[in-house]
Amino acid sequence: MTVGLFIPCYVDQFYPKAAIATLELLEKAGVQVEFPARQTCCGQPMANSGFEHLTSGCNELLVENFAQYDYIVSPSGSCVLHVKEHLHSHKQEAQAQNIRGKVYELVEFLTDVLKVESLNARFPHKVGLHQSCHGQRGLRLSQMTERVEPPFSKPEQLLNLVQGLELIPLSRKDECCGFGGTFCVTEEAVSVKMGKDRITDHLQHGAEVITGSDMSCLMHLEGILRRQKSNVKVMHIAEILNAQEA
Amino acid sequence: MMGAGKTRDHSALADVFNQDEPRVNWHDETLWFIRQKRDKAAFAIPDWELLRETASQIKAHTLSHLSQYLQEFEKNAQANGITVHWAADAQEHNEIVFSILQKHGVDRMVKSKSMLTEECHLNDYLARHGIEVIDSDLGERIVQLAQEPPSHIVLPCIHKKKEEIGEIFHEHLGTEAGMSDPQVLTETARQHLRETFLTRRAALTGVNFAVAETGEFVVCTNEGNADMGAHLADVHIASMGIEKLIPRREHLGVFLRLLTRSATGQPITTYSSHFRKPRPGHEMHVVLVDNGRSVQLGREDFRNSLKCIRCGACMNTCPVYRRSGGHSYKSAVAGPIGSILAPNLDMKKHADLPFASTLCGSCTNVCPVKIDIHDQLYKWRQVVVQEGHVDAKKAAGMKAMAAVLSSPATFKLAGKAGRLFMRRVPLLVNNSFNPWYKQREMPQPPNESFREWYRKNRKQHDQ
Ligand code: SF4
Repeated sequence: MTVGLFIPCYVDQFYPKAAIATLELLEKAGVQVEFPARQTCCGQPMANSGFEHLTSGCNELLVENFAQYDYIVSPSGSCVLHVKEHLHSHKQEAQAQNIRGKVYELVEFLTDVLKVESLNARFPHKVGLHQSCHGQRGLRLSQMTERVEPPFSKPEQLLNLVQGLELIPLSRKDECCGFGGTFCVTEEAVSVKMGKDRITDHLQHGAEVITGSDMSCLMHLEGILRRQKSNVKVMHIAEILNAQEA
Repeated sequence: MMGAGKTRDHSALADVFNQDEPRVNWHDETLWFIRQKRDKAAFAIPDWELLRETASQIKAHTLSHLSQYLQEFEKNAQANGITVHWAADAQEHNEIVFSILQKHGVDRMVKSKSMLTEECHLNDYLARHGIEVIDSDLGERIVQLAQEPPSHIVLPCIHKKKEEIGEIFHEHLGTEAGMSDPQVLTETARQHLRETFLTRRAALTGVNFAVAETGEFVVCTNEGNADMGAHLADVHIASMGIEKLIPRREHLGVFLRLLTRSATGQPITTYSSHFRKPRPGHEMHVVLVDNGRSVQLGREDFRNSLKCIRCGACMNTCPVYRRSGGHSYKSAVAGPIGSILAPNLDMKKHADLPFASTLCGSCTNVCPVKIDIHDQLYKWRQVVVQEGHVDAKKAAGMKAMAAVLSSPATFKLAGKAGRLFMRRVPLLVNNSFNPWYKQREMPQPPNESFREWYRKNRKQHDQ
């Protein structure tokens, strides 16, 4: 099995540690991973702003770079959801359709495809899980509080395999953090207020680290935490699942 | 990219709303409390999701046979002795209501809650024609006295604290200054409205459901004000959007179970009143209003928005609505559902609303008739941009971004250059012109990007 690793543009540039952890986790699970160097972006920043018609360049590149792999895995629920719902190709629609079916967010790839049941990881901290909406409600990584359906949580399932980790409860376990792509600047006031409220919930329950499967939401929360001069850190879930702390 | 100009409206008003953070907290918590009450009520019904699916399908069926059911309703309503009117738009609706009042020489009317009349701006229209309208829903009466529009479709004055309501009552209804005891205020409103009910000869109500099979309609209220108004008046006018139709009476069992559980967490409204025929010597009118609905019905991507039963659950759950308030939407129906309905009525005016969302999807999953609200928000964004209702600077920024992201070579350079630039001259980025930086630090750029690290550490897979 060969996996094509798709790293969102801002993760590549700002959060290489999350990408390295993703790569190492997959390699440790015995998967052959390749990172096609000519990849750029899934096109979501344009599409969510109403400019989906400008994403064909991104789409064609994505198809060219990833069509050959058995699976495409990415440490971002948001990008994966976008690809699943909106990837089309003028040149190779059959390949695009194929990719829509074999692209996975990291967490679901670990739980559903690799069926990971143990991890050699240790992270002795109080951790708050931020459930990014596109992963949670879009990809159904965990049950949402709106639905009257049995509970489940793929990220919690994995975090529970990490030694020493204590998952804290939250008052609102799946409220949006307010990042929302360009929303974070076009609706600055509401975006920041939403972020602050999420952070308050985590802090009130004693989080030392806030984690999640989408770095974009965490980047927004980190920006607020650092402005507040807080000691609380954000870490991508891959970094925690790959952690070897004493 | 920063969305100035045409798409700033909701954002600018939300900015003002957020100047008073404790008040935002209060507004958020008040509505979240209602969302939690909804959760308790919904989770008490094991078949909740099946109920939603059933409701959604009944509405889908009705919408796809709408003309047939409208005609069936008209025929049966007329057979019951109800006068049926058809209004193509808001103006026609208002004229029809006015002509009925004129015919009876009535210049004062009592009105129970109807978002449709808000949409048609009926009160203003009638006021200009010398007719006084008193809203009898307590919340609506309060905002009417305050000369404000409702901020929520189910809870019209949810944005007001009880102390503020006390001030309004002091000014208009003569309560003691500083009185904010809900008991006293409610009793004052009751006495004030009782006089209104007893002296008005015409009453207008909204319609929650109209049954094609029987020609009857159902009005749901908690205060019984629709009944009080309609029973005491000689003329009862009921205004309804054409999407309020359901085929059969038995379908009410599905919708009445969902409506109030979703709205407030009550198992059912205190009053679910069926109106079927006028009493002898009295008149009953139904005004069927289109006002853009048949246009929306023709928009395949947005058709499902007409399934809405106006429960308000999508507003209560919306993290943006809770932190920006209903008035920031400048539309009779605010929140997520308002944001997919309003662009149909006036795309230019409401071009900002599809962007007033993070697309978190909570609305879609709380909606009792399963409207794909957040997907429609995404689709409206595409339409709004295609139709040119977007700031030129934003469009240029998007084009530039798309060009960079379509070229791997430029992307590599832009990313690296961007990071170097930010690390060396942070002040240029970290200034108040950057909305990100106003209340957030910028991400700290690392020494190397992932792709640089990868080239050094995993040579064998590089291409
Ligand atoms: S869209 Fe759905 S949740 Fe929102 S008011 Fe209408 S029925 Fe209720």
